[in-house]
Amino acid sequence: MSGLVGPALATATGLAGVGAVAGAFTLERVRPALVGVATAGVGVAGLTAGLAALGGGAPWSASLPDLLPLAGVHLTVDALSGLFMAVSGAVVAPVALYGIGYTGHGVSARGTQAVLPVFAATLLLVPAASSVSSFLLLWELMAVTSLLLVLAEHRSRAAVRDAGVWYAVMTHLGLVALLIALALFAARAGGETFPALRAGAGEVPPAVRSTVFVLAVAAFASKAGTVPLHAWLPRAHPQAPSHVSALMSAAMVNLGVYGVIRVGFDLLGGGPRWWWLVLLTAGAVSAVYGMLQAAMATDVKQLLAYSTSENMGLVLIGAGAAGMFAAAGEHPLAALALAAALLHVVNHAAFKALLFCAAGSVLRATGVRDLDALGGLRARMPVTAGLFAVGALGAVALPPGNGFVSEWLLLESLVHGLGVPGTASAVTLPLAVAAIALSAGLAAATFVKALGVGFFARPRGAEAASARESPPVMLAGMGLLAAGCVALALVPGTLAGGLSDAVAATGLTGPDGPSDPSGPAGSDAGWALSDGGVDIRLDRLATTLSPLWVAVALAVAILAVATATRLLTRHPRRVGAELWDCGGGAPSARMQYTATSFAEPLQRVFDDVLAPEQDVDVTPTRESAYLVERVRFQRRIPDRIEYRLYRPVLAALAGVGASARKLANGSVHRYLGYGFSGLVAVLLVLAVTR
Amino acid sequence: MSAVGTVAVLTQVTVVVAGAPLLTGLMRQVRARMEGRAGAGVGQPWRDLRKLLRKQPITPVGTGPAFRLAPLLLVATTLVVAALVPLASTATPVRDSADLLVVVTLLALGTVILALAGLDTGTAFGGMGASREMTVVALVEPTILLSVVALSIPAGSTNLPAIVAHGVHDPARLASPASLLAGVALAVVTLAETGRLPVDNPSTHLELTMIHEAMILEYAGGDLALIELGAQMRLTVLLGLLTSLFVPWGIATGTAAAALPLALALFAGKVALLGAGLAAAEVFWAKMRLFKVPELLAGSFLLALLAVGASFFLPGN
Repeated sequence: MSGLVGPALATATGLAGVGAVAGAFTLERVRPALVGVATAGVGVAGLTAGLAALGGGAPWSASLPDLLPLAGVHLTVDALSGLFMAVSGAVVAPVALYGIGYTGHGVSARGTQAVLPVFAATLLLVPAASSVSSFLLLWELMAVTSLLLVLAEHRSRAAVRDAGVWYAVMTHLGLVALLIALALFAARAGGETFPALRAGAGEVPPAVRSTVFVLAVAAFASKAGTVPLHAWLPRAHPQAPSHVSALMSAAMVNLGVYGVIRVGFDLLGGGPRWWWLVLLTAGAVSAVYGMLQAAMATDVKQLLAYSTSENMGLVLIGAGAAGMFAAAGEHPLAALALAAALLHVVNHAAFKALLFCAAGSVLRATGVRDLDALGGLRARMPVTAGLFAVGALGAVALPPGNGFVSEWLLLESLVHGLGVPGTASAVTLPLAVAAIALSAGLAAATFVKALGVGFFARPRGAEAASARESPPVMLAGMGLLAAGCVALALVPGTLAGGLSDAVAATGLTGPDGPSDPSGPAGSDAGWALSDGGVDIRLDRLATTLSPLWVAVALAVAILAVATATRLLTRHPRRVGAELWDCGGGAPSARMQYTATSFAEPLQRVFDDVLAPEQDVDVTPTRESAYLVERVRFQRRIPDRIEYRLYRPVLAALAGVGASARKLANGSVHRYLGYGFSGLVAVLLVLAVTR
Repeated sequence: MSAVGTVAVLTQVTVVVAGAPLLTGLMRQVRARMEGRAGAGVGQPWRDLRKLLRKQPITPVGTGPAFRLAPLLLVATTLVVAALVPLASTATPVRDSADLLVVVTLLALGTVILALAGLDTGTAFGGMGASREMTVVALVEPTILLSVVALSIPAGSTNLPAIVAHGVHDPARLASPASLLAGVALAVVTLAETGRLPVDNPSTHLELTMIHEAMILEYAGGDLALIELGAQMRLTVLLGLLTSLFVPWGIATGTAAAALPLALALFAGKVALLGAGLAAAEVFWAKMRLFKVPELLAGSFLLALLAVGASFFLPGN
């Protein structure tokens, strides 16, 4: 099968080139369609390549020494790369289709359209890179193209420029950290290709290994939106055009996870327990903090962006737990935790792409992202509302949604992990379970808010009242994603082989563990996703989940209840009636609960964490201080980490910059003096050291 | 196993459906007697349901599919849970799927769809009820999952029949600190999940205090009957789950047909006793202020955390 990888990747690259040329040189009328079809082709080719790599066989690799001076380009696609490549491809294809219809707002401009296929291609190629230089090159190409796409609407909105600056600065700080980490690693390991790193990892002294891990994880975790390095994500993802938001939130963040797994497990070959404790803690904090911010958000795309932060947090909990278990020698358990994390990556990609596309449909139809001004869309945009509901069901981690399967697997691995000896696991794992559970509860509240306030009830504004359903090509793209969500929810077993191959590619099931994590039923330990569901067999735990069974049972029960009520009632026909509302008469649309009021009780409960800013401004009349003329009330819930952590640093940097201005006051004499003293200083240093 | 197991599942679902209104009637009767009233009789909830089913079904203007589907889904999720939880027998054909996490998330699904229905009405009360209910759910979830973890560590599985069978065969385990702490934590969140005092008052219609009732204000006729039945079944199933987990004696673990009637009778007796005790206790409780509820739930969360710690550091005796 892996023979297919090379041609498919070549096709993807070629199509990306064709798409870029089409975007740059065709008329605006046909541009979105041409670029969309080419990008969808890139996605399909990537999916093919990824699936071919997952299909077994030896890893595909290629070396193109002439493409890059000095180092050349090295590509290898093993099962782990294949999984991430397949996910990227599966997201890119339907989202590109959706993008054909998602025009206007400056999205169909020449530059934006030309960059889109290139960005799509980098999403596929980053996991294929197998040398430090090729990886960094593709990684930076991905960052720059996505930055250009974020900036697509910079002319119409100032917030886009602000988001662009945040993203540009943070992604390049991440690049610097990554560059230092990988350069240090390559220098000590004696080679810059991944096989050389893998072979030389054992010789690297522990302090250097830890430095490499911490720097690389900081860079990758920032890309995945992990608290406290998340500040760019809830700004950049919502400000990008919606199909780009979908690509960034469903495919690009995954590559941060890929980096953590590739460097931490594969290249460094695992490490001491504290590495993974740090990772697990960061994941748990992001899961809770991200979801809490999402629960407070009223901007629907910002809500989804914070939810991305939460879901990547869950994935990092899984990866951190896997590392901890591997450090304790529990290889089957580590493989289970990592498989749960990877499955959650797949599930999150499916439902988040769908949710961003549906939010984009709403934005396109109404021009509004604020939930407080939406409502009543289920009557005006029924298909979009239904598709958003499918995505939301996946995101709330309740059966029969697709997110439930992976969260269940993650919880099972943590529950079982309590059996691993050591106080660290006894203290951290229950807290991790609590973090997952709290984020799941908050997710339920958040998506009830998004669906219930955004799509149900009556319109809260004129824009929502005049909304129209999106064109068929957008609905088709979303429909494909929804079909993916449903398939993942009902038959997760189809991923069985791919997941275990991907986990095996990380080298987790080392020589002392069983060779095949999804081993036959006779083996004493293992886990398997079968067509019926998920079976876990480990020495202390055996349990099964059958999502298909649960869904069928629910459907049968609904039918039974509906039939029984129909038989028992004497009035088969329903009649319409006015809303009762406790006898208060027909309530107006302004009397409905808004997203802000919906989240108010939760905001009160988490007051100490969120620290909302409240401003009450009472203006008395001129005659008397006791007669009030006007009251203004304002409440903002700023991202507290951003305010407490980033603002002081930014203020200090701005202060240094401002005071440095005094050095250059325009006097030529002074500049000559600087030059002279600099020269003297250099000479002195040379005289002393020589 | 198959024939007896199938009969066990069917009978326990039937007992839950038929008995849930009776349990509510019993609880109301106990409360009435303790307050010096005559009470309407144990069968009154059934008579209410019959009356509601005979009325004309109504679709309020401006509501959508979520409002229509919610009663069906609420009852359907509870029916599936009633089939999964080993109330009478652990040797049932659905034993492999009866995962504790599936059970609690299915119950949460019922709550979520009801909250969506509350928002779907577009009234101030519907939104208020939905908002409060989801706040409580978000805070209840960690406690439930931690209790689940604490209970599944000794049994080595989150599979519910396995946990219950483990309790039947090793009763000493039930008196362990972990089990007791998890029991108290689960009892508190059961009160919150079923909308009982002191978290919510099931018999109030005062806007300042309503949670569950505010969400369902617009329902009438057969839809209201389904919602009432669903809520009653949830209470029964959750009390049944508590008895199965913490006083599992009498639950059939084998395939002998003779054990089944005894198990069902014991189940009915245990749940009735627990319900009567709860009703008696509620007479002496006042409803908590809404913003004091998180403190209660935080307390139960702490107990659940201690339960997990205890199950790790004091592994049985």
